[in-house]
Amino acid sequence: MDLIWLIPLLPGLGAALNGLLGIRYFSKQTAGLVAVSTMAVAFVLSVIAFAGLLGLPEEERYHEVTVASWIPPIPLETANGIGSFEVPWAFVLDPLSGMMLLVVTGIGLLIHVYSVGYIDHEPRGGVARFFCYLNLFCFFMLILVLGSSFLVMFVGWEGVGLCSYLLIGYWYRKQSASDAGKKAFIVNRIGDWGFILGIFLVFFTFGTLDFRSVAEAAAGMPVEVGFGVLSLICLFLFIGATGKSAQIPLYVWLPDAMEGPTPVSALIHAATMVTAGVYMVCRNAVLFAHAPMVMEAVAWIGVLTAFMAATIGLVQTDIKRVLAYSTVSQLGYMFLATGVGAFAAGAFHLMTHAFFKALLFLGSGSVIHGMNEEQDMRRMGGLKPYMPTTFWTMAIGAVAIAGIPPLAGFFSKDEILYRTFLHSQVLWGIGALTAVMTAFYMFRLINMTFLGRYRGPEWGQPAGGEAAHGAGSHGDGGHDDGGHGHAWHGPHESPRTMTVPLMVLAVGAVFAGFIGVPAALGGSNVIEHFLEPSFTAFGAFHPAEEAHHLSHTAELGLMALSVLLAAGAILFAYRNYVRQPAAADEMARTFAGPHRVLTNKYYVDELYGATVVRGTMEGANGLWTVDQRVVDGAVNGTGWTTIFSSWVSHVLDKYVVDGLVNFVAWVCAEASYVFRRAQTGLIQNYAFATLLGVFAFVTWYLLAR
Amino acid sequence: MLEITPLHYSLLSAALFMIGVIGVLVRRNVIIIFMSIELILNAVNINLVALSDQLQDLAGQVFVVFVIAVAAAEAAVGLGIIIAFYRNKETVNIDEIQIMRW
Amino acid sequence: MSNAADTPSLLSLILFTPLAGALVLLFVGSRQVDLIRWIANATAALGFLVSLPLWFLYDSTNPDWQFVEQMEWIPSIGAQYFLGVDGFSVLLILLTTMMGVIAVLSSWNAIQTRVKEYYIFLLMLQTGMIGAFVALDFLLFFLFWEVMLVPMYFLIGIWGSDNRLYSAIKFFLFTLVGSVIMLLGILAVYFYHQDVTGVYTFDITQFHELNIPYDLQWWIFLAFFLGFAVKVPMFPFHTWLPDAHTDAPTAGSVILAAVLLKMGTYGFIRFSLPILPEATQAFVPAVVLLSIIGIVYGALVAMAQRDWKRLVAYSSVSHMGMVMLGMFALTPVGITGSIVQQLNHGISTGALFLLVGVVYERRHTRMIAEYGGLSKIMPVYAAIFLIMTMSSIGLPTLNGFIGEVLILQGIFVVSKTWAFFAASGIVLGAAYMLWLYQRTMFGTVDNPKNENLPDVSLREFATFAPLLLLAVWIGLYPKPFLDRLETSVDKVMMRVNADYTPRFAVAAEGDADATEGAIAVVESAAGPIRGGAR
Repeated sequence: MDLIWLIPLLPGLGAALNGLLGIRYFSKQTAGLVAVSTMAVAFVLSVIAFAGLLGLPEEERYHEVTVASWIPPIPLETANGIGSFEVPWAFVLDPLSGMMLLVVTGIGLLIHVYSVGYIDHEPRGGVARFFCYLNLFCFFMLILVLGSSFLVMFVGWEGVGLCSYLLIGYWYRKQSASDAGKKAFIVNRIGDWGFILGIFLVFFTFGTLDFRSVAEAAAGMPVEVGFGVLSLICLFLFIGATGKSAQIPLYVWLPDAMEGPTPVSALIHAATMVTAGVYMVCRNAVLFAHAPMVMEAVAWIGVLTAFMAATIGLVQTDIKRVLAYSTVSQLGYMFLATGVGAFAAGAFHLMTHAFFKALLFLGSGSVIHGMNEEQDMRRMGGLKPYMPTTFWTMAIGAVAIAGIPPLAGFFSKDEILYRTFLHSQVLWGIGALTAVMTAFYMFRLINMTFLGRYRGPEWGQPAGGEAAHGAGSHGDGGHDDGGHGHAWHGPHESPRTMTVPLMVLAVGAVFAGFIGVPAALGGSNVIEHFLEPSFTAFGAFHPAEEAHHLSHTAELGLMALSVLLAAGAILFAYRNYVRQPAAADEMARTFAGPHRVLTNKYYVDELYGATVVRGTMEGANGLWTVDQRVVDGAVNGTGWTTIFSSWVSHVLDKYVVDGLVNFVAWVCAEASYVFRRAQTGLIQNYAFATLLGVFAFVTWYLLAR
Repeated sequence: MLEITPLHYSLLSAALFMIGVIGVLVRRNVIIIFMSIELILNAVNINLVALSDQLQDLAGQVFVVFVIAVAAAEAAVGLGIIIAFYRNKETVNIDEIQIMRW
Repeated sequence: MSNAADTPSLLSLILFTPLAGALVLLFVGSRQVDLIRWIANATAALGFLVSLPLWFLYDSTNPDWQFVEQMEWIPSIGAQYFLGVDGFSVLLILLTTMMGVIAVLSSWNAIQTRVKEYYIFLLMLQTGMIGAFVALDFLLFFLFWEVMLVPMYFLIGIWGSDNRLYSAIKFFLFTLVGSVIMLLGILAVYFYHQDVTGVYTFDITQFHELNIPYDLQWWIFLAFFLGFAVKVPMFPFHTWLPDAHTDAPTAGSVILAAVLLKMGTYGFIRFSLPILPEATQAFVPAVVLLSIIGIVYGALVAMAQRDWKRLVAYSSVSHMGMVMLGMFALTPVGITGSIVQQLNHGISTGALFLLVGVVYERRHTRMIAEYGGLSKIMPVYAAIFLIMTMSSIGLPTLNGFIGEVLILQGIFVVSKTWAFFAASGIVLGAAYMLWLYQRTMFGTVDNPKNENLPDVSLREFATFAPLLLLAVWIGLYPKPFLDRLETSVDKVMMRVNADYTPRFAVAAEGDADATEGAIAVVESAAGPIRGGAR
């Protein structure tokens, strides 16, 4: 357990190897092997460390390892007198980070394996570059997870942002991909701005940045009634979380991020990085629990994001975009959970979601791979016979996310809904509605893709030309040379490296929920008890119990209701997209207005484009004009004034003062015309004159004496 | 044998001096003029040596050494100038060296 | 420990090595271009090597001036040849000598006309810059300060591009006006010191002990401010910078960004803060306001640029605003961050100018629109550019982050509002740098002229390697750098904040008054050093 710092370092090493040597020298296989093996070792170490953690008594499950000094202590005043600003490179293993550790390394490993098959179309250097970025991502993600202080977490936080930027823009020659990468980074930076201010305020308030010390200090403070300093901290931190975890108002980057390769979408934009915001809120559960106003805001933003993203997801036709909006929506769920104080439920959903959403993304990647980079679901359909493994695993994922028992999603989602119901029926209503929509759009996706009639392009002839008109998201423009030379022989199942991870994840999606079976169903909610110490600063903090509990019967009733609703939605999707495909179009026509709004994602991108982006750009151009005209104008103006006054002086000087001088000079010059004749330039003339002079003097000397 | 008196030295010196002066004034070749200047200097030297002997004062001879040294330096510089000039104008005719006039 | 005794004239050696090289170059025929290049490179490398002992021998626990050299210079007015360093100058000198090597090396192919003169000016500039950092005599400092102007003027004016004469003259006049006003300030301190003590001296260590009445301080601060703010440059005195940077040759831009701009900030920390503590306190709001305007304004204007070099130049305005902000937080964290950020700015902006230079050498244009898709053609170049972009926008694990975090944390405890606005610079910084990166590196190669550009050569890579190394080093393990700043920061803090408790044991235990204390400091620096001051 003292070696947990090795866990992030291993993928870092892999990234360095692939980055420094791989791009130039490694073959595709070697590059993949390096990346996968470092992740595998990291996973094994994680399991060992986690086992070690389980072996400890409950109250000692907080293992901090300081590797080296980072920022040495520097005195700095805080709210409580002079403190010391100090940040070591320190990592921590506790139940929460242990769970995340397993998720990141485990799912990360599977996705690395999957990528070996997926990225095979790319040229050699591209493969190494891809694995370098992917490993680098795991490096930063593990630092984020294991960091024992705000600032170390921030290192990972920003680092995963960088990797996300690089991986979204992996096909950098495609304008939309590099745009999406840039957008992701900048939107995240806006969140980071809040996060870093939150960190500063944490230091100012507590005089330390260590998570545990902060939590323990905060535990001793009263829960804020109004909007105090803790609320301000939490608000800033939450701004950071909205950026990274794609919540209103900063969610816009995530759907665009689907420009990246699909394994990236699975790993970064579904399973791990985007959950960092949830993880960060959970990590600071004690702080948030002291700021009820912010908690309320978190819950509302979470549920609204969940609802809004789900509605957009209803009408999207790009298979990855549906999943992207679903991710945004599920993340909203997690924030809803944390917002109502159910941190364990949020973390639990984070974990189950990692399984089934990674599964769904990888499945969609498998479909896209098999359909020759086609992403538009309207050009799919009836793929089930061609790719059975993909179908069955994806179907499991869809059932899991729809919340049908006994799959993983059911337990975590119902835990959240139950806790929300205790907190506020309105929130629960929106949440339940979202759950219904989730079931609907997921099965819309499954039905449109795998069932019904095949609507894709014919094969046998070189494909690509026709398919390129799809949704404008065809990979053609973005791939490196030679990626698409081969002819397409129709939809096909993906290679084993891709299907095996699917199957493993499917197993996870089925069984992961059983660690959180609620008491109402005869379980004991293992995960909640396991995580509890992390949310109470190991007993230092006792959150106020919710005033009322529902009876087990009522809880079961709620469960049954949501299961029924989900099942209804699934049947409705089946009717609309398989039995009577025309019905869907008809619905779209009936509700043309809302449909258009949804298809255009509520015009939020356009709104931001017209206000923030345009405002910044216009401001920049305006300021540049100001800089040239006014600031530099003042400088040049000073210059011109000086030059002008010097010109005036010059005129005065030239014609008046100098005139006088020149007149004298002129007189001399005129006179000199006469005398200069003597200046012949012939030395002998001068010498002769000298001689005459000598004679004259000598004569005078001799005679006049 | 004719006794060589200081007068003889003076006459020789005066003659050499006048030859030098006339040479400087009338000759057109810079080299010749240069040699004439040397004659003038040597005329002075003869005078100095003779008078040094006559007056039994070593200062005169010391002067001569100085004059010879200066003359050598002057010759070096002067010849350098002449050569540089010849390279430019391809002539050593003093009449054509008149670039320094107004 | 007693480094000063072991290396009696190390500073003079560092100071005059480049000048000696310049003298040697005088005697080399101007046609022997290769020989000239070798001599210049060797001199610069030697200059760096002789400065390395500073890193190892500087005693970071000793709060006194180190490596002191003191001699009469102009006794009639009390000016001395007085050299010495503390933590600030050690780091800046090392930056200077290192950037000197890089600048000279990067000029190998770029300069083809008047090669000899070019290198002589570059080496002279080097001596001028080091001189300003080591001088402990105000007049000597001023001398070196002015000496720097001349070579830079010629570097821009002769080897620059397009509008070089305009830029060179603008640079020269702008700085000259500032420094003339600064000279007035210096003289005011000088005569005030004479009034109080009866001694004519330009000794900075004595000035540091001086308690000038507030009214006089206010005016002197203003005079110093104009001199230094032009050099930094702070908004609104910055407009010479984009022009000078844009038109200077690559090495000129690198030196200008990496070292010359630091003169201004160094001036503030060496003179304004310790000599004029009360006035500094009074000016904090104004300076902070200008710094924040500079941060945001520089970033926004950078976004509007179409010229690659001009964009980087405006980013300098933004970054230097950050440096000034940290300094005028007047907290130890802020000042430490400010110095670290100066190094960072030297490293990352220096590297960015070098990077522009690399493609400019190949394509002879700086217009961003002329490029695009370079990632495909020049992958190594793109990778270096990416790392330096990230360093510039303050990505953790790279150097820029350490500086920004320290500065912002330092200012945050003073005023949350200031930090709030200043931190927005990190968003804008990301925006313009990433947009630049996208426009130049990403996309397809639209311009056929770019199709066959060779990637970074070994010599070019050698110029980047130390910068990359430093960027990662400072990012991951900044402790050695921060340690060297500790006592110096505390000394400044003790001046600007009477209540401040330093991290080292104070020398005079209250029995000596201020003036005697100063002498004691000087003497102990020259003589045997007290053992571990902690």
